[in-house]
Amino acid sequence: MIKLRSFHGGVHPPTHKKESTQSPIMAAPLPAQLIIPFRQHAGEAAKPVVQVGERVLKGQLIGEPVGPISSSVHAPTSGTITAIELQQIAHPSALPDLCATLVSDGLEEWGVRQTLSYRQLSSDELQKHLRRCGIVGLGGAVFPSDMKLRHPTVVNTLVINGAECEPYITCDDMLMRERAEGIVRGIEILRHALGTDAVLIGIEDNKPQAITAMQRAVDESSHPFKVVAVPTLYPGGSAKHLIKVLTGVEVPSGKLPTDVGVQCYNVATAYAAHRAVEHGEPLVSRIVTVTGNVEQPRNYEALIGTPFSELVELSVAKADTNRYIMGGPMMGVELPAVNVPLVKASNCVIAASDVLFPPPPPAMPCIRCTRCAQACPVELQPQELYWFAKSHNFGKAQEYDLFDCIECGACAYVCPSSIPLVQYYRYAKSEIRARDHEKRAADLARERHEFRQFRIEREKQEKAERLAQKERAAAEAKAKAAATATVIATPVDPSADTDDTQQMRIDAALARAKEQAATTPPKNTETLSPAQRAEIEAIEERRAHIHELAADAGADDEPPKHSQGN
Amino acid sequence: MITALWIMIALAALLGMILGYASIRFRVEGNPLAEKIDAVLPQTQCGQCGYPGCKPYADAIAKGEADINLCPPGGEEGIHKLAELLGVEFKPFGEDAQPKPKAVAFIDEQICIGCTLCIQACPVDAIAGAAKQMHTIITSECTGCELCVPPCPVDCISMLPIEEKLTNWKWRYPVFELRQTS
Amino acid sequence: MLSSPFITRTLSVDRIMLRVLYALLPGIALYVWYFGPAILVSIALAVTAALATEALMLKLRDRPLRPFLSDYSALLTGVLIALSIPPLAPWWLPVVGTAFAIAVAKHLYGGLGSNPFNPAMIGYAVLIISFPHEMTHWLSPQDMGHSALSLGQQLHYIFTSTLPAGMQLDALTMSTPLDTLKTQLHLGMTVSDIRDLPIYGRLAGKGSEMVAAGFALGGIYLLIARIIPWQLPLAFLGTLFALSGVFNLIDPAHYAPPLFHWFSGAAMIGAFFILTDPITSPTTAKGRILFGMGAGLLTFLIRAYGGFPDGVAFATILMNMCVPLIDAWTQPKVFGKKGSKR
Ligand code: SF4
Ligand code: SF4
Ligand code: SF4
Ligand code: SF4
Repeated sequence: MIKLRSFHGGVHPPTHKKESTQSPIMAAPLPAQLIIPFRQHAGEAAKPVVQVGERVLKGQLIGEPVGPISSSVHAPTSGTITAIELQQIAHPSALPDLCATLVSDGLEEWGVRQTLSYRQLSSDELQKHLRRCGIVGLGGAVFPSDMKLRHPTVVNTLVINGAECEPYITCDDMLMRERAEGIVRGIEILRHALGTDAVLIGIEDNKPQAITAMQRAVDESSHPFKVVAVPTLYPGGSAKHLIKVLTGVEVPSGKLPTDVGVQCYNVATAYAAHRAVEHGEPLVSRIVTVTGNVEQPRNYEALIGTPFSELVELSVAKADTNRYIMGGPMMGVELPAVNVPLVKASNCVIAASDVLFPPPPPAMPCIRCTRCAQACPVELQPQELYWFAKSHNFGKAQEYDLFDCIECGACAYVCPSSIPLVQYYRYAKSEIRARDHEKRAADLARERHEFRQFRIEREKQEKAERLAQKERAAAEAKAKAAATATVIATPVDPSADTDDTQQMRIDAALARAKEQAATTPPKNTETLSPAQRAEIEAIEERRAHIHELAADAGADDEPPKHSQGN
Repeated sequence: MITALWIMIALAALLGMILGYASIRFRVEGNPLAEKIDAVLPQTQCGQCGYPGCKPYADAIAKGEADINLCPPGGEEGIHKLAELLGVEFKPFGEDAQPKPKAVAFIDEQICIGCTLCIQACPVDAIAGAAKQMHTIITSECTGCELCVPPCPVDCISMLPIEEKLTNWKWRYPVFELRQTS
Repeated sequence: MLSSPFITRTLSVDRIMLRVLYALLPGIALYVWYFGPAILVSIALAVTAALATEALMLKLRDRPLRPFLSDYSALLTGVLIALSIPPLAPWWLPVVGTAFAIAVAKHLYGGLGSNPFNPAMIGYAVLIISFPHEMTHWLSPQDMGHSALSLGQQLHYIFTSTLPAGMQLDALTMSTPLDTLKTQLHLGMTVSDIRDLPIYGRLAGKGSEMVAAGFALGGIYLLIARIIPWQLPLAFLGTLFALSGVFNLIDPAHYAPPLFHWFSGAAMIGAFFILTDPITSPTTAKGRILFGMGAGLLTFLIRAYGGFPDGVAFATILMNMCVPLIDAWTQPKVFGKKGSKR
C-alpha cells in the first residue's frame, strides 16, 4: 500500500450520500426540447456551426472550438435546431448566454461515430479526437481534457479523482459502481496519451462499493493501476489536495500539476474519454445526481441540454422546495430558474428548502477565532482576507494570497459568526480582475495615444520635408527651360503637361499619395493583432461584395457609398 | 536648563541638515507627481476635463492649476484615488460633469463613406480603415471618448453602452444584514 | 443571490462564549467555598452593568440589540472583571470597571471583534490605577479563624460601606498573597519565611490556590473541547514556569518557586480565559506562541520587579498592542508556497 499524506484543515460536513445511492442509475427519458449552451467549458465559448431550421443527428457537431482553450458542443439527440439565441443558463449571475434550442424527433438517430484504436495513436491525435468530441473535465471545472494532455514536462503519475468529497453528490460513486470497466479503459487511454507509468485511483473511504468495483475492474484488466482508499475529508476531491494525499507532492501555487510531473483526471472524464475513443461518442450525456428535498433521490443519465425541471419532476420535488442548487452544498450555485439546461459541469442538482438548508443567521462581526484558518485547506488566513475584502483593500488581499483560495467554503462552513466569507472572496477576486483589465486597457490607451501623437508629429515633419523637396525641385525645374517641364511631371497623368508649377506640384503630390495608398497599409492598422486584421479584412470583403452587387445592379462603375442593394 | 535648550537646538539643526541633504541627494528627476496622476487617470483621452488628453490634465493637477473632480470617465473612484494620492479632500463631481456608463463606438458599415474624419479624431487610433474605404472600430481599443461622433458627416457613429455579460459579470459585495434584525 | 456554501456548522459565537462561561464555573464554585458568597454579588453587579452598558452603546451606535446581547461576550467581560477585583469591594467598583470596559475599551474601538485590548483587563487596569485602595481589600479565606461576615452583612457593606459595629475591615481582609510576598520581601524576609505566614497554603495563597486550580480545570476542558488554542496557555505558563524556575534555583530566598507563580494571582485565569480572548490575541500558531511567551515574560518581570503586585493584566494589555505586528510577522505560507521564499 502506498503511504498517504494529509493536508492542513478540511471539514466533515454531513455527507447525505446514502439517499441517492439506493437505486441504480436510470436513463432519463428523452426530453421534447433541449437547450444547449455554447459555453459549457472553461475558456472561449464554442462557435455555432449549424443554422436555425437545420436537422441534426445525435452527436453532430453544432459548436466548434474557438482558440486553444475551448471545446466542441454536439447535438445530444437527433432533431431540428429551432433557435440559436440568448437563453438563461445555470450561472449565479442569472444572465443569459448563447444557446441552441433543439426539438428532438424522438428517433435518437446517431451521426457518424468514428471509433479509434488508441494504441496506434499519438498523443497529438488523441488530443484532436478528444477536442472534437467535446471532452472536458466532468468533476466540475470543465477544463478541456485535450489541453491537459498537452504538457511540456515529463509526467510520471496519473491521478484519477474518484474522491467526490462534496456532500450529496453521488454521480461518480454510482458511475464507479456500475461502469468501472469503462472507467478503467478510459484511464488506460489517458495513461497512454500522457505516457505515464504509475496510475493512482483515489476514492474516499466512504464509498466501499465503488472501491470494490474499481478494484475488481482493475484486476480484470490486469493494468498495474492502484486503487487507493483515501480518508474522507472535505475538500479532499480538490485536484491539488488529492495529489498531495496520494503522492505527497504539493503543486506549487500558480503552477499546474504537470509542472511537478502529475496529471489528474476525474473518473467521469475517463469514462467519457473511453466512450469517445472506443465508441466514437462525443460528450452528449452525463450522470447527474438529483437529491435533497425530493421523494426519490437518485442518479440519472441525462442528455446535455435537458432542462433541470424534467429531472426534478422525475424525482418529485417535495412541496416546500423553494430553490435549486447545482453542484454540492459547499461549492454549488443556486439556479436562477429550474428550467435552465443541464450542462457538462452539472454533477448534481439539489432541491433545497428552508428546512434542509436553513438560511444563515445574520452575519456577526469576525471574532478572530481562526476556526476558518484551521479549516482552510490552502492554509490561508481567511479572517484577514475577509477583513481586506470587506474594506476593499484589494492590494493587501492579494498579498495574503487571495488568488490561492479555491472557494471551497470550508471557512464559511465553520465560521461561528456566519460570515459569508466565500462571497467576499469572490467579490474581491472579480473586482481585482476587472480592475486589472481596466488598468491594462488604460495602459494600452495611453500607449496608443502617445504613439498617435508621435505619428502625427512625424507625419508633420515628413510633410514639411517633402514640401521643401518639392519646392527645391520646382525651383530647379523653373531654372531649366520651360520645355523640359514634362520630364519632371509624373507618368501617372500624361495629359497634365502644363507649365503651371502650382498644378504640377499638386499632381506630383496626388501621384505620391496614390502610390502610397497602393503600397502601404493605412498607418493605424500597423499595431493590430492578426485577428483584428482578419476581422477588418472580412468587413472589407463584405463591403467589396456590396460594391459588386451595386455594380451588377447596373449602377455606374463608381457606385455611391450609400448604396444599399440589400 | 540652558544646556537642554542648546542640545535641542543642536539636534534640530542636525536633523535639518540631514533632511536637507536627503532632499538633494534623493531628489527624483522629472515630474513624478504628474506621472503618478497620469497613472490614475482612465486614459480615455476624451478631453471632458477641458484639457486635450489625460496627460495635460495630469500636468495641470500637478501644477495645482486644475481641480481633481473634472474627469467624468474616472468616476467617483477616480476622484477618491486622486484625493488619496494628493492628500486632499474628496470632491464630488460638478453638475455638468457626471460620469456616464461605459460605452464603445460603433460605425454603421452601411452608411460610412470612408471620409477618415473619425480616424483623425480618435485619440487612440481605434478606428481602422483608409480613405474612401469603410471604417471599423476596434472595440477592444476604443476608450469610449465620443470624440469621433461629432466629426462624422453622415452620423453613422453611435455609442453603445457596454452591457453586463457573462464574461464581464462581477460578484456583488455581500449584503451585510446586521441592521435588518433589530 | 446567496453564494455557496449553503450549509454551516452550528457552533455559533454565543455557544462558544457560553462554553467559556461554563468553564469558569468550577473556579467560581471554589471561590464561593473558600471566600464566601460575596463574589456572587460582585458578579451579579458586574454582569448587570455589562449588559446595561452594552445595550446603551448598541443603541447609541444604532446596532441591533438582540444578536449582540445574546452572544454572551459582554456577560463574559463582566464576569472576568468581577473575578479580578476584591469581592468585598463597594458596589460601584465592579459597576464602574465594567462600564468603562464595555463602553470605552470595547465600543469606542468598534465593538465586538474590533477592540484591540482585552476589555476586562482594561477595566481592571483602570480600577487598580484609579482606586488602588479599594482594590487591595481582599477577603480572607473563611476558614482562617477570622470572624466571617454573613451574606447580609456583606451585602450591607458592599452597598453602604459600613461594617457591623465592632468590626474592623483589616481583620476581615488581607492583601493578596502576591502582594504580601512583595511587601515582606522588601522588609527583608526570605521567601520560605514568608510562606510560613498563615495566609499561605501548600502551593500559594490559602484558598486562592484552589480557586486557581478550579480555573485550570475549566481551562483544560476548553482545551479539550478545542474552544481555545493550546499554544497560548502553554507558552504563557511554560515561560512563567521556566523563568521563575531559573530565578528560584539561583536565589531561592528572594524568588518564589514556579508553582507559586502558577497558582497565585491571575496566572491561571489569565492563561485560560484572558489571553485566549480570540479578538485580542494573534491568529497564527507561531504568533500565539510568541504572544504567550511575551505575556509570561512580562508577567514575571512585573511580579518580580514592578510596582504592582500582579502583572497579568498589564502583560496582557502590553501584548495586545503587539498583536497586529505579531500577526503580520508570522503569516504562514499557503499551500503550494512552502518551498518558496516570500
Ligand atoms: S471563523 Fe469567522 S469569526 Fe472566526 S476568525 Fe474566521 S471569519 Fe472570523
Ligand atoms: S474558501 Fe478559500 S479561504 Fe475559505 S477555506 Fe476554502 S480555500 Fe480557504
Ligand atoms: S476627462 Fe477624459 S481626457 Fe480628461 S483626464 Fe479624464 S479621461 Fe482623460
Ligand atoms: S473610436 Fe471613437 S469613441 Fe472610441 S476611442 Fe476612438 S474616437 Fe473615442
